[in-house]
Amino acid sequence: MLEILNDFIVALRASGLPISMTEHVDAAAAIAHIDLGDRTQFKSALRATLVKSEDHFDAFDLTFEVYFADRQSPSEAELAHWGKEEDTADEGSGDGQGSGEGSGGGGEHLSPEELAELLKEALRTNNSDTRAQVAKEAVTRYSGIEPGRPVGGTYYLYRTLRNLDLEGVAEQLKEEQRGGGKFSHLGERLLNDDIGARIEGMKKAIEAEIRRRLVEDRGAEALARSVRKPLPEDIDVMHATRDELATLERALRPLSRKLAVRLTRKRRHKRKGGLDFRKTVRESLSTGGVPIDPRYKNPRPAKPEIMVIADVSGSVASFARFTLHLVYAISSQFSKVRAFVFVDGIDEVTHLFDDADDPMDAVNRINAEANVVWIDGHSDYGHALKGFHEKFAEDITNRTSVLILGDARNNYHASEAWVVADIQSRAKHVHWLNPEPVSYWGSGDSIVMQYGEHCDSVVEVRTLRQLEKFVGELA
Amino acid sequence: MTIDNVANRFDSPEEVTSRLRDVDYLSDAAIASTVFLADRLNKPVLVEGPAGTGKTQLAKSVAEILGARLIRLQCYEGLDESKTLYEWNYRKQLLRIQAGQSDGVKDDNDWSALEEDIFDEDFLLARPLLEAIRATEPVVLLIDEVDRVELETEALMLEVLSEYQVSIPELGTVKANQIPIVFLTSNNTRELSEALKRRCLFLHVGYPDIERERLIVETRVPGISKELADQIARIVRTIRDMDLRKSPSVSETIDWARTLVVLGKDTIDEKDAVETLHILLKYQTDIEKATAELTGTRR
Repeated sequence: MLEILNDFIVALRASGLPISMTEHVDAAAAIAHIDLGDRTQFKSALRATLVKSEDHFDAFDLTFEVYFADRQSPSEAELAHWGKEEDTADEGSGDGQGSGEGSGGGGEHLSPEELAELLKEALRTNNSDTRAQVAKEAVTRYSGIEPGRPVGGTYYLYRTLRNLDLEGVAEQLKEEQRGGGKFSHLGERLLNDDIGARIEGMKKAIEAEIRRRLVEDRGAEALARSVRKPLPEDIDVMHATRDELATLERALRPLSRKLAVRLTRKRRHKRKGGLDFRKTVRESLSTGGVPIDPRYKNPRPAKPEIMVIADVSGSVASFARFTLHLVYAISSQFSKVRAFVFVDGIDEVTHLFDDADDPMDAVNRINAEANVVWIDGHSDYGHALKGFHEKFAEDITNRTSVLILGDARNNYHASEAWVVADIQSRAKHVHWLNPEPVSYWGSGDSIVMQYGEHCDSVVEVRTLRQLEKFVGELA
Repeated sequence: MTIDNVANRFDSPEEVTSRLRDVDYLSDAAIASTVFLADRLNKPVLVEGPAGTGKTQLAKSVAEILGARLIRLQCYEGLDESKTLYEWNYRKQLLRIQAGQSDGVKDDNDWSALEEDIFDEDFLLARPLLEAIRATEPVVLLIDEVDRVELETEALMLEVLSEYQVSIPELGTVKANQIPIVFLTSNNTRELSEALKRRCLFLHVGYPDIERERLIVETRVPGISKELADQIARIVRTIRDMDLRKSPSVSETIDWARTLVVLGKDTIDEKDAVETLHILLKYQTDIEKATAELTGTRR
C-alpha cells in the first residue's frame, strides 16, 4: 500500500501539486485509520492530507481516478465480459486500423436497442448502479479501444458519446416528464437543468469507465502521464482549449479578488508619511509647547494612471480579455484606467468598464461593441498605433504607465515603431506584454523586438501566474 | 505526541455522520472522514469554502455532539499576541507591587521574590488559544476567518496548532492537558501560508449537491412540505449555475425556505419565486438577471 501511495504522490507532484514530506507522512498515517474498502472514505482521507487548495482538486481527482480506479466487486456478468472484451480487442489490433472499430462491439449482451432503453432507464431513475452498467456496456460496444496506444481516451469518449445519442434520449425524457402537458418557463428551465445534470453524470461515468480500461491496458503510471493537465494557473493562455478557457475564467475571479486584497493591505501598511509640522505644533500646545507627540502626514502614495492598449485579434484575444479583467479588478489601485483595443483600427472601450459592475461583463461586450476593424480584420500594429497616436497621445502624462498587449505579429505591415518611441518619451513607463514564449519572439512576422527597443520592459506573459505577478508589481 | 491521548472520540466516519445528523447537521463523506481523521491524527482542520456553507456551524455542531465547550477566536486585521495567546494582567501586577511597597521592599532578595511572584499564572490572562490548551474539560477550538489576519499573526498560531503548547518567556512552556479538536475557517480572500496549511487537514465545504441541499432544507426548516423542499433545491441549483456575482449560499437557501413556509406556501410558481428572490440574492443586477432567466423574459 505504501508503495502505491508513493507512486501516487510522485504522479501528483508531476502534475504540479506541491506536496511536502510531512503531508506524505500524514497521508500514510491517515490511511491506517480508515476502512480501505470504502473508496470515498479513502479518497477523502488522501485529499484532506495531501491537497491544500481547492484549485488543485481537479488534478487530484484525475490522478486518483487513474491510480485507484473503481475496481470493487465486479458483477458476474462483468467478469464474463472481461474475457470477451480482451478477445475482440486483440482481434481489433490484429487486423489493423479500419476493421478494429467495427468489431469493437465485443460482448453480445445487449442489443443497441436494449442499451438505449437501459440508458433511458438510468437517466430516468438517476441510479448509480444502472448508470455504471450502461457505461460499461456502452464503452464495450462503441468505444473501440485499441490496446497499447498512448492516448488519454478523449477520442474513445467522443466515439462512445456519438453512438449513444444522449441528446436524443434527453429530449425523449423531457417529453415524458411533460406528459403531454406544458410547463411554465420556470418548470421548463428546471427540467432542462435536471436532465442536463443527469447527462453530465452519465458522461462522467463513461469517462471513468474508459479510464479504467486504459489503466488496465497500460498501467496507471503511463496513463497518468497521458491525461496530465496543467494547473489552471499554468495553462498557456494562447493555446488553451475551450474547456481550459472556462477553467481559466473561473480561476480568474478569485485570483483578481485576492490580488486586490493583497494590494490594498500592502498600501495600508506602508510607512507613514513625513512629519506634519502644523499638526505637531498644534498638538504640542497641550504639553506646554514641547512636541512630545510628533504627528505625521497621511501617506499619499502616487497612484499611477494606466493605459492599456490591447490587440484583440483572434490569436491573442483571450489573453487581452484576461489582462483587462485583472487590471480592472484592481482599478482602485490606480487613479485612472483607460482601455483601448485594436485589430487594425483602434477604439477606446473605457466607457464599457465604467458602465459595468463586473469587469467580466465589460470584457464580454468588447467584441460586440468596439469598432476595431479598419480594412480586413488582420492585425496591423502600425496603423493601430498611428491611430492611437493621432487621437490619444496628448492624454499621456508623465504619470501614465502604458501597457501594450500583443504578440506583435504584424502581417508584414509597416511597424511604425516611432509611435512607441514617442509614447515612451511622454509616459512614465511603457511595458509590452507578449503572450508568446520568448523563443518565438522575432520569428516570422513577429516584430516585437522593433517595438521592444522603445519599451521599458518586454515581458513574456503566457499564464495566469505570470500575469498576476506582473499586474501585482505594477500597482 | 508527548501528551496522553484521550480516548478516541469517534469509532468511524459513519459514526461522525450519524451523530452530526442527530444535531441537525448534514455532513457528506468528505466532512465526516476529515473530522474523524482530525480526531485520530490530532491535527487541526482548515475549512475553506464560500460564505454561508456551514463552516462555522460544523465546529459548533462537533462541539455539541462531544459535549465540549466551544472556544472561539474571531480573527480580524490587527489581531495580535495579547488577543490570541495570553496577556499579563498588569493592573493586578501593579497592585501586587504596591501592596509589597507598603510592606517595604528592602533588598534584592525581596525584589526577586516579588518578580517571581508577579509573573505567576495568577497574573496571566488566558486568551482563546491558551485557554483551549489549559482547559481540563473537553473543548473544541474554533479559529474563525483566519484569512483576515496578517501573515505574521498567522505564525503565532503555529506552535499551538502543531505542538499544542504555548511558550511564555517568563513562565516556560504550557503544555496541553488534552488535545482539543481545532477548526480554522477561511473564506479564501488570501492565500494562507504554506506553514499553516501543512499543519492542517484541508476540508473544502462547497455548495451541497441537490440531494443534500434538499435534506438540509428539510431538517433545518420544520414544517416544510417535501414538494416545496424539492422545488427549492432545484431552483437554487439552477440559480447557482447562472453566472452571478454572488451565488446563493446554503444559509440563504434556508432563509428563503423559511420565508416561503411563513407565507404558507406548499409549492411555488414562477411568480412566488421571483417575488421572494431578494432573499436569495443580494445584488440588484443578480436579481434582475435571475428573474430574466427564470421567467424567460429578456432584458
